[in-house]
Amino acid sequence: MVGALAAPRIASAQAVGRVVIVGGGFAGATCARTLKALEPKLAVSLIEPDPVFTACPFSNAVLGGLREIAQQQFTQDGVERAGVTVARRRAVGVDGKTVVLDSGARFQFDRLVLAPGIDINWSGLPGYTEAAAEKMPHAWKAGGQTVLLRRQLEAMDDGGLVVMSAPANPFRCPPGPYERVSLIAHYLKTKKPKSKLVLLDAKDAFSKQRLFQDAWAKLYPGLLEWVPLSKGGKVVSVDPADMTLATDFAKHKAAVANVIPPQRAGRIAEAAGVADRSGWCPVEPVSFESRLRPDIHVIGDAAIMGAMPKSAFSANAQAKVCAVAIVARLAGREPVEPRLINTCYSLVAPDYGITIAGVYKPTNGQLADIPGAGGVSPLDAPQEFRAREALYAEGWFRTITAETFG
Amino acid sequence: MGLSGGAAHAASPDGPFGAMSCSGCHATARGVDTAIPRLNGRPAAEIAAAMRDFQKGERAPTVMGRIAKGYTDPEIDALAAWFAAQRDAP
Repeated sequence: MVGALAAPRIASAQAVGRVVIVGGGFAGATCARTLKALEPKLAVSLIEPDPVFTACPFSNAVLGGLREIAQQQFTQDGVERAGVTVARRRAVGVDGKTVVLDSGARFQFDRLVLAPGIDINWSGLPGYTEAAAEKMPHAWKAGGQTVLLRRQLEAMDDGGLVVMSAPANPFRCPPGPYERVSLIAHYLKTKKPKSKLVLLDAKDAFSKQRLFQDAWAKLYPGLLEWVPLSKGGKVVSVDPADMTLATDFAKHKAAVANVIPPQRAGRIAEAAGVADRSGWCPVEPVSFESRLRPDIHVIGDAAIMGAMPKSAFSANAQAKVCAVAIVARLAGREPVEPRLINTCYSLVAPDYGITIAGVYKPTNGQLADIPGAGGVSPLDAPQEFRAREALYAEGWFRTITAETFG
Repeated sequence: MGLSGGAAHAASPDGPFGAMSCSGCHATARGVDTAIPRLNGRPAAEIAAAMRDFQKGERAPTVMGRIAKGYTDPEIDALAAWFAAQRDAP
């Protein structure tokens, strides 16, 4: 088990108390298991309505026909085996030192960790409603949406136009839209070569941009078109009735549409009073306590983590740091200043991987890049290097999911 | 997976926080199939030497050259000693 091994054991004053964690993804499940490993006497509860977690990393490979959705799915069994009480309900509010569930049940806490991930901001893109998402999937929370989009791609005639849209920053998984467009392009190239793929983007710059663009030119010439903000790429409305995405300049009619919409912290964050006007959660950078409610920690995609991106790797790393900080707080000690790493693997094709990495520490109240460290894969690397990063990407997925779910 | 494994190989209270993220890539559970090298139980000198070589651009790593540059000499020594003392969980 990884959280336990990776976390310094606190030997002195014992931490006692009740910790409640909301959200059973990479952040929440890691935090729960690490807490029990560090301090088995802590009462740790995890509140998560979904008995099966579907991982977003590598879900783009499901869309590309390279994996099956079952390979993305994990249960909370390992979390329960660790001694965590799992409540399969939805948390709807926080009342003082109590979490309120949709069943009306209440969980008292000494420390609360919110790890709710993202919600779609349904008022962020005119025309994009929950009903619209059944015709124009976002697939940005993996699961049924991922399967729906894959089926649509499989059902599309050869020669069809796939239109994707990517939102402005910040959003879950900054390189994700570009990995997705790559793996859908791979699918079309191998299965439906007369088809075309357009990515309409609300930005002019994105993560690992040169690496992606070099790979696209090499692997998918004439098939894939990226339209940046400055070329009119920002989608301002969608219409599921005629399958169109509108920019200020044009309407794009799609055979298959994948709308990656604006996002915000999972709903409980707002109900708990830890989200600010941006829709995300400001936290301090040592123990990830909310700047709005210091007895609540927020980790993972919902939190504003300075230079750290919203990624599964970041969520897992933050969760371990958060667990150690909570144990310190409950034992009456100040948490130690952390160092954090993020590494994001993206596949551009099955044997073509690229990475971005960073090392972070608290600086002026934010997690900031440690100067001189981090960066992206070399632009001039040989294919052997790309193949090695693709192989490591798969190893990373097996490791991080074992690390998180046991 | 053995949660008690972690506690049995306890580090000091001020153990190396720089080591906590490493297990995102470097597996510590025995059953995980991965080409990424494991760190638990490797000699501290070996881990520290690798990190210093990575900082200098040697050994042709993929991502570790970029990550090693984020660590100071004392941080490298601390995390190397800590990983050397760990054992993989079943």
